Amino acid sequence: MAIYTLSFLVFVWHLSSVASEGKSSPSRSSNLQKIGFGLLVLALFVHGIGVVSRGIAASRVPWANMYEFSISGSFILVAIFVFAWRVRDIRIIATFVTGFALLVLGTATNIFYVQVKTLMPALQSYWLVIHVTVAVLATAFFNIAAALSVAYLLKTSAYVEKSQSKVVGFARRVLAAFPDQQRLERLQVRFNSIGLVLWSFTLIAGAIWAQRAWHRYWGWDTKEVWTFIIWTLYAGYFHATSTRGWTGKRAAWLSLVGFTAIIFNFTIVNLFFKGLHVYSGL
Amino acid sequence: MSQRSEAFEPDTTPDSPELGLLGWLRWIWRQLTSMRTALILLLMLAAAAIPGSLYPQRSADPNGVTTYFQGNPELAKILDWFQLFDVYSSVWFSAIYILLFVSLIGCVVPRTRVHYRAMRSQPGEVPARLTRFPGYKKTITDASAKAILDTAEAALAEQGYRLVRRKESISAERGYLRETGNLVFHFALIGVLIAAGIGGGFSYNGQRVLVEGEVFVNNLASYDSFAPGVFFDEKQLKPFAVALDKFEVSFDLKNRTNIGTPLDFRAYVSTKISGDAKGSSSVIRVNEPLELPGANVYLTGNGYAPVVTFTDADGQISFSGPVVFLPQDANYTSLGVVKLPDSKPKQFGVLAFFYPTKQELKTGAFTSIYPDPVDPLLSMNLYVGDLGLNDGSPKNVFSLNTHGLDQVAGGKSGTKAVKMVIGQTVKLPSGLGSVTFNGLKRFASLDIAYNPAEIWILLFALLAIGGLGVSLSVSRRRVWVRKFEGGFEVAALAHNDDPRISAIVAELVATIAPKKGRKK
Repeated sequence: MAIYTLSFLVFVWHLSSVASEGKSSPSRSSNLQKIGFGLLVLALFVHGIGVVSRGIAASRVPWANMYEFSISGSFILVAIFVFAWRVRDIRIIATFVTGFALLVLGTATNIFYVQVKTLMPALQSYWLVIHVTVAVLATAFFNIAAALSVAYLLKTSAYVEKSQSKVVGFARRVLAAFPDQQRLERLQVRFNSIGLVLWSFTLIAGAIWAQRAWHRYWGWDTKEVWTFIIWTLYAGYFHATSTRGWTGKRAAWLSLVGFTAIIFNFTIVNLFFKGLHVYSGL
Repeated sequence: MSQRSEAFEPDTTPDSPELGLLGWLRWIWRQLTSMRTALILLLMLAAAAIPGSLYPQRSADPNGVTTYFQGNPELAKILDWFQLFDVYSSVWFSAIYILLFVSLIGCVVPRTRVHYRAMRSQPGEVPARLTRFPGYKKTITDASAKAILDTAEAALAEQGYRLVRRKESISAERGYLRETGNLVFHFALIGVLIAAGIGGGFSYNGQRVLVEGEVFVNNLASYDSFAPGVFFDEKQLKPFAVALDKFEVSFDLKNRTNIGTPLDFRAYVSTKISGDAKGSSSVIRVNEPLELPGANVYLTGNGYAPVVTFTDADGQISFSGPVVFLPQDANYTSLGVVKLPDSKPKQFGVLAFFYPTKQELKTGAFTSIYPDPVDPLLSMNLYVGDLGLNDGSPKNVFSLNTHGLDQVAGGKSGTKAVKMVIGQTVKLPSGLGSVTFNGLKRFASLDIAYNPAEIWILLFALLAIGGLGVSLSVSRRRVWVRKFEGGFEVAALAHNDDPRISAIVAELVATIAPKKGRKK
């Protein structure tokens, strides 16, 4: 976690230096960015060891409760981001990705931590690997797309453009370093596409597993309901990208609404709602 | 002067034609099948699904609904009127998804016709004014028409374009697969809906509690509860028998953080299918249902069934056999009911508790501290009086209505509850006879379920994913190349506002006229 913090701080430094120096002096900023990236890869490696050792300690895949799901999920998120580094325009949101990963890890280690427990019979199935892995991957892609949506909305916001306050002015200069609107929008669509296909697979894999374990492939259990809600929201997002008047800002908002639903699904539904999915204690 | 300006004042009332009934219907249909409507309906569907997770639903949690009615009867009635306990079969939810599917079909069918025609035809003539298009480049070059068009044709064909070469121009189009994928996806969704509807109609779902040693034969009378689909027919129940030989639980004895947590449940069963010469045995586990013709048998629960024998005051056996006790907590503290209507001299009922591993609390009450029967104890509260079984109305086997009965053992009756361990015989107070705790059996609760359309739903769903993946990844573009006197021009159009379009045009131009051409 310490290394993640370092990486995060370097990225913040980079972002602010880019903002203050403007695009015209790339060399110092890009060195910072490189350092940040190196630290990120190192942090990912250490994180990976942590996830794998949890798996070994429990003699199974490490995602059977909130703590494990959080550490695995944030690991996959950062891993996907590192792989997407090749897409140059993505790099600028590194600050937010590392920040978010830090937040998740912090919550996981401080609030969600539980001792290693053996897997209860309902979860002893190879579907645990398939269904949950795909869900985590999909979430990672939706996550990155949501970060891009935030960037897009900030960049196209009339308030940000016209405000006189110093803070917003600083934000404006930071945003100038981001890729342009069109590129941001295109990247959003790309990442959300992959996310939606993976999410559809999550839904289907979950249904197949449910048929094996709970004798029916769909029963409107709370988590099933929210998986469906998320799917429908992103389906709405894709319709918006092809509908005049709904492209651009409105689509970006829909992307964020979808992601909020994902966070809700993972936290509130797991912790507070009744249902067949709520059985790990935490 | 004023007269003239009055005469010239334009009439600003709109001059659209009046719509007759047909016109209105057409307009409504047009709105319904538009993308915007589909988008709004999708968002409404997502929002409409939310209440189903906030309130207990009859389909998933009937107990929760009953509890809600008991806790908030007035509010529950109002919620029920709005169908908030049956959200997914409610009028308003169904209206939204039915409208959505109508909109889908109304949009997709014409689009299929258009796409089919487009697939069968060649790309059209080059548009007159290419300058309008988002990707446009004009190049001055001395190359001949043949050279230009040959290179262009080769480059475009390599990228998978379908093209038509006319005398001085090329029209190219690619990405038909995108629309095909899109249409396949939407049609597959319709397939899922139809398969789910038909399958649901012919499906059934029943429960049976089976004690070790008991046999379940597949007919309607053998089920404890049964929920058929709309088209269900009794002949769908294929004749087979399932006997529970033994039920075993493995507990975690190594990991200190969860000692006593079950690791595995195994129901050893013998099955015989009518018409087969021999039976067979198998194990049913939580993620491994037993697959039999026309039915899948699932293990959904388990518990204890103590075997007891009641002898009445006249020495006659008034009850003998295993009694299913329902587990109340993770340590299998279990609650059971026995009704003795034929006991002489008086009828009585028993509310019994079973503790697999007993521990006495400071209050004098007992609890179980471990789910395996390491130190079992059976404790009974007795109630004398009219059990109400004579009027013929069905009564819940698992609950005892103590209203109107006298408690003669346990609680505040003055006499202690009757306690026994395995093998013990105890005399009952008030001259009710005696009871023997013969032994301990386990039971498995089985769910027998069947849905003939499952495989179709899965196939359609996978087809939908395939279509979705294709439609989101293939790019659809049109490219035109036209030679004019002294140069050539290239224009391109993408399906959506694709910012790469200029780069694509530039690439093509660079291929056709590498360094020689001068860009204008």
